[in-house]
Amino acid sequence: MDIRYNISDHNFEQCLKCTICTVYCPVVQVNPDFPGPKQAGPDGERFRMKFPDMADTSLKYCMNCKRCEVACPSGVRIGDIIQTARIKDKKTHVKLRDAILANTDIVGTMATMAAPVVNSVIKLRPVKKLMDSVMKIDSRRTFPDYSQQTFEKWFRKYAMKTQSTYDRQVTYFHGCYVNYNYPQLGKDLVKIMNAAGYGVNLMEHEKCCGIALISNGLIKQAKWQAGKNMDGIRKSVLEDNRTVISTSSTCILTMRDEYPHLLGIDNKDVREQIDMATRFLYRLIDEKKITLIFRSDYKKRVAYHSPCHLDKLGWEIYSVGLLRMIEGVDLMILDSNCCGIGGSYGFKKENYDVSQKVGEPLFRQIEQVNPDFVATDCETCKWQIEMSTSARVKNPISVIAEALDVEATYKANLKNQR
Amino acid sequence: MKFDTIIIGGGLSGLVCGIKLQENGQNTAIVSTGQSALHFSSGAFDLLNKLDDGTEVDIPANFISLLPSSHPYSKIGYDKFVKYCREVPSLFKNASINLKGDPETNGYRITPLGQVKKTWLVFEDFNTMNTAVINYENVALCNFNGFLDFYPQFIGDVLAGEKCKYKRVTLDLPFIEKLRHNPTEMRATNIAKVFDSEENIEALLKEINSRCEFASTIMLPAVFGLYSLAPVEYLKEKCGKKICLLATMPPSVPGIRTQQMLRKYYSYCGGAYMMGDTVEKADMDSDSVKSVYTANHDGIPLSADNYVLATGSFFSNGIIAEPEGIFEPVFDLDTDNDPDRSNWYDNDFFSRQPYMKYGVKTDHDFKPFRKGRILENMYAAGSVLSGFDAVSEGCGGGVSIFTALCVANKILGGE
Ligand SMILES: Cc1cc2nc3c(=O)[nH]c(=O)nc-3n(C[C@H](O)[C@H](O)[C@H](O)COP(=O)(O)OP(=O)(O)OC[C@H]3O[C@@H](n4cnc5c(N)ncnc54)[C@H](O)[C@@H]3O)c2cc1C
Ligand code: SF4
Ligand code: SF4
Repeated sequence: MDIRYNISDHNFEQCLKCTICTVYCPVVQVNPDFPGPKQAGPDGERFRMKFPDMADTSLKYCMNCKRCEVACPSGVRIGDIIQTARIKDKKTHVKLRDAILANTDIVGTMATMAAPVVNSVIKLRPVKKLMDSVMKIDSRRTFPDYSQQTFEKWFRKYAMKTQSTYDRQVTYFHGCYVNYNYPQLGKDLVKIMNAAGYGVNLMEHEKCCGIALISNGLIKQAKWQAGKNMDGIRKSVLEDNRTVISTSSTCILTMRDEYPHLLGIDNKDVREQIDMATRFLYRLIDEKKITLIFRSDYKKRVAYHSPCHLDKLGWEIYSVGLLRMIEGVDLMILDSNCCGIGGSYGFKKENYDVSQKVGEPLFRQIEQVNPDFVATDCETCKWQIEMSTSARVKNPISVIAEALDVEATYKANLKNQR
Repeated sequence: MKFDTIIIGGGLSGLVCGIKLQENGQNTAIVSTGQSALHFSSGAFDLLNKLDDGTEVDIPANFISLLPSSHPYSKIGYDKFVKYCREVPSLFKNASINLKGDPETNGYRITPLGQVKKTWLVFEDFNTMNTAVINYENVALCNFNGFLDFYPQFIGDVLAGEKCKYKRVTLDLPFIEKLRHNPTEMRATNIAKVFDSEENIEALLKEINSRCEFASTIMLPAVFGLYSLAPVEYLKEKCGKKICLLATMPPSVPGIRTQQMLRKYYSYCGGAYMMGDTVEKADMDSDSVKSVYTANHDGIPLSADNYVLATGSFFSNGIIAEPEGIFEPVFDLDTDNDPDRSNWYDNDFFSRQPYMKYGVKTDHDFKPFRKGRILENMYAAGSVLSGFDAVSEGCGGGVSIFTALCVANKILGGE
C-alpha cells in the first residue's frame, strides 16, 4: 500500500530533518567546507526552489557516493537532489580538465592506440607536474594502465565466433574500464559464462554509461550516450530476450537508476534485466539452473570491500554469496567504508586530500587484515586501494574465474541443459 | 533466496532478535529501510519507569502483574521478564557493549536539559546513579564553543539546586572551531569524528588541565567514540580527574555506536544485513506469509520459515497515520487504535498522548492479525507493537529488547 504523497521529485517531502544522512556522509567528516547531505540536499532545495538563481558552490564537494540515501530512514533521494541541483545550475561552465576526465570513451580510444607510450609518459614526473599545474589533476595520483588491445577487439578476434554454439545467451556491457584498461576481467567473465553454458554477446554500439559525464555536468552528451545504450539494451532484452550484465557496479547503478532519476530517461520496460554479473550468476545457481565447480587446490585469504554503489543497489549479498561458494576462500568482510575515490572526483587536485582522508579507515583495516588480495566490484575502488595500500585488488568475477574448474563446470552444465 | 527467518527492520528490536537467532544456529536476514531510533537514544534503555496511573516504579518486575493484559510485558509474563532482565547485560556483552546498572532495579540518568530521570541500564559512556541526587564536588561544566545541542546553563541551574559547586568552562580548540564553518552542522557526531584521533584528545586534555585546575570532576557532552568506545576509554584513563559525560540532544553518539556494534556483531554471527532496502510487498496465503519482495531485489523473492516485523513506530514508518485511520503499510496488518480520530491526541502537548499506544495488534505469542485472522509464521516485535507508551511509561528500550528475545525464543521452539 503506497500512501505517500509527493508533489516534487526525489521523495523530497519525506525529509524529517533527522540529520541521520549527515552522520554517514564520508565527505562531511573530513571537509568542513561541505555542509553535508541534509543541508546541501533537502534543506538547500527549499531555498533553491524559492530562489532558482542562487548559486551553491558547495555542491561540488559531494562525490555522489549515495551513502546518505542508504542511511536515510525516510527514503529521501538526497544524492539525486544534490546532483539535480548541480545539473540545473547552468552558470558553472565545464572545465577542460573535467571534460577530459569525463570522456572515458574518447580518451580511452586514443590512449589504447598509443598504450605503451601513454602508460610510460603518464608516469613521468614532469608530465605529472604539468598535468597537476595546468590541468589540476593531482600529481600524487597513479593512473591505471591502458591496454594495447581493447576488450572489444580481443572479443571479436578470438571469442565471438564460438558464442552461438551455446544454448543460452547473455549480453555483456563491459564498460570503459574493461575495454581500455583491463580486458582480462572481460575475458574472465566470458570464461565463466561459457563454462556455465552461456554464450556472451556484446551490445550494438555500447557507449560509456555516462556517470563521469553526469558528475562533471556534461548532461547533453550524457543523455545522448544514455539514449544509445538504451537502444542497445532494449534490442537485447526485448528482441533477443537476453539479459544485459556488467562487472561494474557503477555502470549498473547508472543505467538502472541515474538514467531515470537524473537524466529523465524512462527505463521501466527493461530495468530489471540490467544486472550485475555476480547477481545474475547467483540467481542461476540459487534456482539450480547452473552449477559452478571449484578447484580443490585454490586456497586464498580474501577481504571483501563493498563499493558504495553496490551498497546503494543493495547487492553486496550476491557477490559475497558467490565468493562464499568457493570452498578454498577464507573470506573476511571489511567494514562498510567509502574508499574515497568517487570516480573522477579523486583525480581532481582540489579533492585529492579529502579523497585520501575519506579512505583512511578502509586502508588501515586492509593493512591490518593483510589478506592475499582484496575483492571488490568497482574499478575505481581498485585503483584507489592499490594506490593507497600494499594490497592487490580483484573483481569477484576474476576470483571465480581463477578458482573455477572449467572442465568439470562445463560438463556439469551440459547435464543441466539436458 | 531462502532463510530460516527474515526480519523486517534493523533497529534495536530487529538486531536483538537476529543476534539471538544467529547465536542459536539459524540463518537469518535483516532488511532495513534506513537507520533506526537508536540514533536518537538518550544513552540508556528504559525498562519501566511509571505506570499509567502515575505510580513510580523502582523494581520493574514487581509491577508486571499490575499492567493491562494488552501490554507487551503482560504477554511475556513475570517469569520470562525476570529471566530477560538478567540475560540482557550478557547478551550485549557478546557484542562488546557493556551496559551499566543493576538489571533488576531502576537507576537514574541526567537528561540534556539537566533533569534527573529514572532509567534502567545505561551505556558505558555514562556514570551509574542509584539515587536521584547529583552528587559531585567542584565540577568544571565544560562545553565546546559553538556547540548548541548541549545546555550547560540548565545543567548548571540543577547543580546549583543540589548545592554542587561548579564553574562553567567554554573550551576553545582550533580543530573544533573549524566545524563552525557550518553552524547548523556542528553536531555531536561531527565532533565525535574529530575526537577519533588520539592526538586531538590529547589536545583536549591539555586544554582541560590548564583551564580546570580548580575542579575534581569534569563534565563534558557525550561526543566521543562514534565507531568504538576507545576514545571514551582513552579520555577517562588519561585525564587525572573524574570524567562525567552527559547526554546531548540528538543525534546521539552513544546510540549510533550501539547500533553499529550490534550490527557488526550480527554480521559476525553470519547474519545478512541489507541496509537501505525496503520490504514492499508479500506473497500471502490466507494464514501465512510465503515470501516477501524488496525494492532492491526486483522480482527475486526472499522466503523463510518465519518472519519478524520490527519496523518501528510512526517515526520509522512501521506505523502510518492517515486521516482515515492508522495503518501497517507492508502487510496491511490489523492495528489497535481508536476509530474516532479526535481521541488520538490530547491537546495538552505535555500530557499522555493516546496515539502512543497505537500499533500492530498481536495475540499472546506476538503473532499479528490480518483481516481478523492470525498469521501463523509471522511475529511482531519492538515499537511497532500496540499496548505500551514508551514516553509516559518509560519502557521503549525494554519492550524492544524483551519482545525481540521472546519472539526469537518462540521461533527457536524454546518457550
Ligand atoms: C526519538 C526517539 C528517542 C528514543 N529514545 C529512547 C531512549 O533513550 N531509551 C529508550 O529506552 N527508548 C527510546 N526510544 C524508544 C525506541 O522506540 C526504542 O528504544 C527502540 O530503539 C525502538 O526500536 P525498534 O527496533 O522497535 O524500532 P526502530 O529503531 O524504529 O527501527 C525500525 C527499523 O525498521 C526500518 N523499516 C521500517 N519499515 C521498513 C520496511 N518496510 N522494510 C524494511 N525496513 C523497514 C526502519 O528504517 C528502521 O530502521 C526512543 C524513540 C524515539 C522515536
Ligand atoms: S534526508 Fe533523510 S536522513 Fe537526511 S535529514 Fe532528511 S529524513 Fe533525515
Ligand atoms: S552522496 Fe555521498 S558525498 Fe554526497 S552528500 Fe551523500 S553521502 Fe555525502
